Amino acid sequence: MYPDYMLESIKKVEETRPGRLEKSKKYGKEVFPHMTDKERGEVLSKFHPDYKEGARKEVRVGPNKGEILTTEISDLLESYSRINPKDFNLDKIDYETDVLVIGAGSAGMASALVAAKNGSNVLIVTKLRLGDSNSMMAEGGIQAADQRDDSPTMHYLDVIGGGHFDNKPELVHALVSDGPESIKWLEELGVIFDKNPDGSMLVKSGGGTSRNRMHSCRDYTGAGICRVLRDEVYNLPDKIKYIEYSPVVELILDDNGQAVGAVIYHLETKQYSIIKAKSIIMSTGGFGRLHIRGFETTNHYGATADGIILGYRVGAKLLFMDSVQYHPTGAVYPEQIVGFLCTEKIRALGAQPVNADGELFVYAMEPRDVEASAFIRECTEWKNGITTPSGLCGIWLDSPLIDQIEGQGTIDKNLPGMVRQFGRFDIDIRKYPMLVYPTLHYQNGGIEINDKCETNIPGLYVAGETSGGVHGRNRLMGNSQLDLIVFGRRAGLNASKRANNGVKIGKLSLEHIYDYEKEVADLDINRKKIAPILLPDYIPEHVKQKQITAEYFGTLI
Amino acid sequence: MTENRMMVRVQIMGESYEVPEGSTIIMAMEYAGYQLKRGIGCREGFCGACATLYREKNDYKIKGGLACQTVVNDGMVIAQIPFVPAEKPVYDINELTPDINTIKAIFPTVFRCVACNTCTKACPQDIEVMDYIQALKRGNIERAADLSFDCIRCGLCALRCPAEIVQYNAAILAQRLYGKYLSKKNPQLDKRVKEIEDGKYIEEINELMDMDREKLTETYYNREIKIS
Ligand SMILES: Cc1cc2nc3c(=O)[nH]c(=O)nc-3n(C[C@H](O)[C@H](O)[C@H](O)COP(=O)(O)OP(=O)(O)OC[C@H]3O[C@@H](n4cnc5c(N)ncnc54)[C@H](O)[C@@H]3O)c2cc1C
Ligand code: SF4
Ligand code: SF4
Repeated sequence: MYPDYMLESIKKVEETRPGRLEKSKKYGKEVFPHMTDKERGEVLSKFHPDYKEGARKEVRVGPNKGEILTTEISDLLESYSRINPKDFNLDKIDYETDVLVIGAGSAGMASALVAAKNGSNVLIVTKLRLGDSNSMMAEGGIQAADQRDDSPTMHYLDVIGGGHFDNKPELVHALVSDGPESIKWLEELGVIFDKNPDGSMLVKSGGGTSRNRMHSCRDYTGAGICRVLRDEVYNLPDKIKYIEYSPVVELILDDNGQAVGAVIYHLETKQYSIIKAKSIIMSTGGFGRLHIRGFETTNHYGATADGIILGYRVGAKLLFMDSVQYHPTGAVYPEQIVGFLCTEKIRALGAQPVNADGELFVYAMEPRDVEASAFIRECTEWKNGITTPSGLCGIWLDSPLIDQIEGQGTIDKNLPGMVRQFGRFDIDIRKYPMLVYPTLHYQNGGIEINDKCETNIPGLYVAGETSGGVHGRNRLMGNSQLDLIVFGRRAGLNASKRANNGVKIGKLSLEHIYDYEKEVADLDINRKKIAPILLPDYIPEHVKQKQITAEYFGTLI
Repeated sequence: MTENRMMVRVQIMGESYEVPEGSTIIMAMEYAGYQLKRGIGCREGFCGACATLYREKNDYKIKGGLACQTVVNDGMVIAQIPFVPAEKPVYDINELTPDINTIKAIFPTVFRCVACNTCTKACPQDIEVMDYIQALKRGNIERAADLSFDCIRCGLCALRCPAEIVQYNAAILAQRLYGKYLSKKNPQLDKRVKEIEDGKYIEEINELMDMDREKLTETYYNREIKIS
């Protein structure tokens, strides 16, 4: 339950609620004016964490050498490899496959299913278990322009505007055009979407959308999709093999510069193995566990930017790795769930963000970076936030309004996960607002792909959060879940076609690790890290000092 | 979060440790020095990786919970259950019928349910597990899919079931049968897929793709917004 001083502030929220309810009955979500292009620019440049001093730094090695990237990423790209190539005999192959899928979130598993269907043998290797991923955690929804009053064209405009017009047009085109077909594919696999009584999709709006096109599976949308894909992977044991607890630590090239394999490391038995493949799909997800700029995160335990590092070391080009998505509404109270996501669907259903005095201060559905920046401004410059006992600051997300707008029971029906999450700590979100602040959420950029998911390295395909270009510098809610399916399927098909066409694989090599290492060593900088870091490290310092011979995966300092 | 904080004493797999009050089981284990690889996943209650059994002070009952969602208390005894060696039947969803015969063929164990309610009590998601198993027994797939919707596959129910039923695997089958065959469909989705296949939107989108940034920005900010 909230401490007394917070309840005082909640009283003010309750006092302004009837007035805000009145307004929202009249104007829908338009109870506060949208920002203009200029206002957006101002709030972003002054308050978005990406624009803060030290947030970005030049990367001095590799294909993007000289570009300014997110500091934590530049540092990781200049770190040591986990292996020394001389320890590996690449003539001894442990596993051989047509298509190797790295990472078992929805992008990886969708690609595996399509590649298998297209006749390829598939091997999935993943860091934790199949499905332990950001994909499983998505709450809010998946966009697709299948409604009568909507069109892929409108969807295109929303995506590219949300991304501040930086997105790669061919990727946006692919995303919106494959949308409805992707929903159909998922439904045919057995995903249960929320529906109206006539069987049409129940759709909501999302931040930055001009139409209602957010499809959902209650507030377990990611799980609703990911668990079905996983079940289907389990059902194809002859075509799709998988190895769990075995992250890839380096990619293998051949003497023609094609990506032809990977080195995996078993987290428990600590054995390394060599995989040879005709095509490789990188789908390792995002980077929340890097805790960029010290932010808490919504991401799963294994989200440590591995794919970026692995790809970069073999020469794959990165795009938009200078921008980080902070989700406006991360929990800040209670302490046990700090950083956890309070899905955007809460605002889509009508909850309004208000300050300590219960006042509206921003339109609820601005694109995420703008919304998050407005929350930060409210807490810092305007000092209208609420401070928690542990010293964090937040603003209220007035959830009880939802039932008042949409009818009693709406919260229970649409947000069971949220009710449960807060209920575990004695906070009833049907009666009390939620205290929120931006949290590190999504990797906007990644390895550059084209609309076939190809990269500049032959044989290396990328899909999902690890890829760059689809969302520009700011992804809108629900477009990532769509991206996973659209580009997961495209990657699966194209990687499989390549494998089926009979690729000539030359001599396997890890020579590029030496070359890269030499390039970094020449910089003569003080490097502290090994990458990929695989897992973050949350062991307290006083314990670590006694763990004298322990190895830490989380080497990010 | 650890400074100036009250400490509590817990046992992790029999060893005693002092950890900060208010920690979840995961936080407590990390505080004690465990670098977790198994029994950990999303850390937010969505993936089901961190099923844990525990017993509280002066209580004889062994309870189950998710380590990322359960707060420790003084005297708690904790054991993680990172893996359940349960059977997962393999099937081709395209060849099934959404009725009781499918359940009989794929999950015959379901019919052995003795209605003891142990599974429901074990479920950290507060799902009416027994009720969905009973619904399956009657061939009511819609109800089973609905009741089991929030299942995260943590395995705690199956571990405690005296009839050796793997509830969560039966749940996903029910969900897929419902989503694929029984949920009501609307022709609008197929219609849109067909329109796209026929190239209806290509010209419009190409026009946007060819616009310079200024024109595109203008088009975006002037677009008609129709949301509710
Ligand atoms: C809490 C939360 C809520 C979200 N809600 C929404 C939403 O409502 N709508 C929406 O559109 N998007 C949402 N997103 C974003 C979206 O879910 C993710 O961007 C997306 O799931 C990423 O999918 P992916 O398949 O690319 O990566 P992931 O699903 O993260 O999968 C990556 C996989 O790769 C594995 N892996 C990592 N490194 C390695 C390695 N070195 N070797 C082998 N395997 C490795 C991981 O263990 C994991 O299995 C949400 C994200 C989060 C975290
Ligand atoms: S039904 Fe079983 S597997 Fe699913 S969440 Fe409940 S206890 Fe866990
Ligand atoms: S524990 Fe097993 S036998 Fe008991 S009610 Fe649940 S499914 Fe039935």
